[in-house]
Amino acid sequence: MPKTIPVADELDTPFWDAVNEKRLLLQYCTSCNKLQYPIRPRCWACGSSDHLDWREVEGKGHILETMVVHDTRVVRRKGDVPFNVSVIALDEDPGINFLSNLPGTPAENAPAHVAVEVVFEEQAPGKFIHDWRVIG
Amino acid sequence: MATDLKTINPKTEGWPRLKDGLGLWEHRGKVAIVGYGYSDLDRRWDGVTMEKTYGAYAIEALQNAIADSGLRPDEIDGLMVCPDNAGDTWRAEDRGAPRPFFDAPYDSEDGLSHVTCDWLIKGMERAGTPLTNLTYIDNESSSIGQLTGKAAQVVGNGQAKNVLMMYGMGNVPGRYHLEEGDYSRGGRKWSAPWGWMTSAMMQHAFVFLQYCTKYGGSHDDLAPFVINQRRNGLLTPWGYYAKHEQYQITLEDYLTQRYIAWPCGLLDSDRPVNHAMAMLFTTSDRAKDMKQKPIYVLSHVQVSQQSRSTMATLEDHEGFTDNLVERLYEAAGVTYGDLDVFNPYDGFATFTQTYLEAFQWHGVKRGDAFAFYAGDITVEGPHPFNSSGGNLGCGRTRTAMYTDSIEQLRGIAGPRQIKLKAETAAMGQVTPGGNGHIYLSTVLPS
Repeated sequence: MPKTIPVADELDTPFWDAVNEKRLLLQYCTSCNKLQYPIRPRCWACGSSDHLDWREVEGKGHILETMVVHDTRVVRRKGDVPFNVSVIALDEDPGINFLSNLPGTPAENAPAHVAVEVVFEEQAPGKFIHDWRVIG
Repeated sequence: MATDLKTINPKTEGWPRLKDGLGLWEHRGKVAIVGYGYSDLDRRWDGVTMEKTYGAYAIEALQNAIADSGLRPDEIDGLMVCPDNAGDTWRAEDRGAPRPFFDAPYDSEDGLSHVTCDWLIKGMERAGTPLTNLTYIDNESSSIGQLTGKAAQVVGNGQAKNVLMMYGMGNVPGRYHLEEGDYSRGGRKWSAPWGWMTSAMMQHAFVFLQYCTKYGGSHDDLAPFVINQRRNGLLTPWGYYAKHEQYQITLEDYLTQRYIAWPCGLLDSDRPVNHAMAMLFTTSDRAKDMKQKPIYVLSHVQVSQQSRSTMATLEDHEGFTDNLVERLYEAAGVTYGDLDVFNPYDGFATFTQTYLEAFQWHGVKRGDAFAFYAGDITVEGPHPFNSSGGNLGCGRTRTAMYTDSIEQLRGIAGPRQIKLKAETAAMGQVTPGGNGHIYLSTVLPS
């Protein structure tokens, strides 16, 4: 599936650099002891930018729910319909969630609430993106 | 014209009432809605007929609201609009080739795909109904939920005496919000790569699935609600379906609909339209001897919540809406069970139950919505839910829930008039994470 290619900015470059190295590196507020994703300039919980650091996570999760896209405004994805879009909760902190197309799982056949692990797909030379694959 | 055609006096500190524990609204019962009006409605502007542009419709709505109130145009001292309509109009990047503009006043986007106060002031002058005594001009709202709350606050604060607000949805040919290109930037880099669309559709499809997992049920359980919305819309003479597609959808239609992003289908989605609506707010003292029975504003609140991660969850949305209702009811000095007419937002069908259960209208609590929908929710019955037909029944006006509420409280809703007591009403929009709501009553609080 040809995903759109994220363009890193100053704030989230460490995240995307890690993805290009096939690692999942999230923000971590050392004051709140909470992970944060997507990458933001301030901590969602305390509102401060002073305590935001980075922490690598294992990349294990579970499917919360799965939708099936039959029509999309994202032109680069039009040729892929129908496709799964799942919301994945991170096992290390279920309050953190990610989107996934569940590569390898046909549309409308996504198992409910099962375990997944992160995978990294190359979208352009040296440019990877994270997704999640069913393992449970 | 004394007005300098710029935003005047827009500072209304603290107006959104976002905090907990603010108690009764300080202007509770001191502000009233005394006029409303709306324009004709089309699916889209045809690109040719200048009497049917979004701007022309906005003028028509203002004139109708003024006439309904019995005020003269020169008595209006406040004007408020949403100049951008939450981005649901054409954007340059959606259009491709630049639009060929026309002679003034249609020599820019203003008046075609959006309408500002400046354009409206000039338009009202051209139309022979000049607003010559404006002292408060406000282009800063982004939804009708914000407009109505802020208009009430402005009158209550004494910043203007007679505030006219206009909300509309301009719709021109073409498909909007297309995301072209190979790259995603800004906030979209966290969702577009996986095909997640920008609209509320998928966020609420996800929360809806969580709702079904938690409480039981499926997408099919929305059918009675959506079918009844269409029915109520067909009872609204100016609505899209009453005007342009005069047929009732069936259960089979619903169950065989085309899905956009399962579980959200075409019939769960509102159809964009070209339309405008206006309301006139004044002080309750002034309203006593006016043409229309006053409808008093008991409270208003706004909601602006950010979810912790990529997607808000069911738990988030239930918490956001519980908090909304607690603050709205506290500010109005009312409680669960006091609400007669309830027109929650439905632009998509998949999240209306979140509001229904938060307001606990007719005793509906968390997880009860599907059973409630399966009962008698017609306007003739014991639970006349969303008597407006909402966006699903009238098109994406985002105003039908307001006009219906006014008509229910005045007792002029015709075939939609509910058979129960109609002294109080609540309505709002947009989504559980970001919305504004208002609580109305025909009875002044003691």
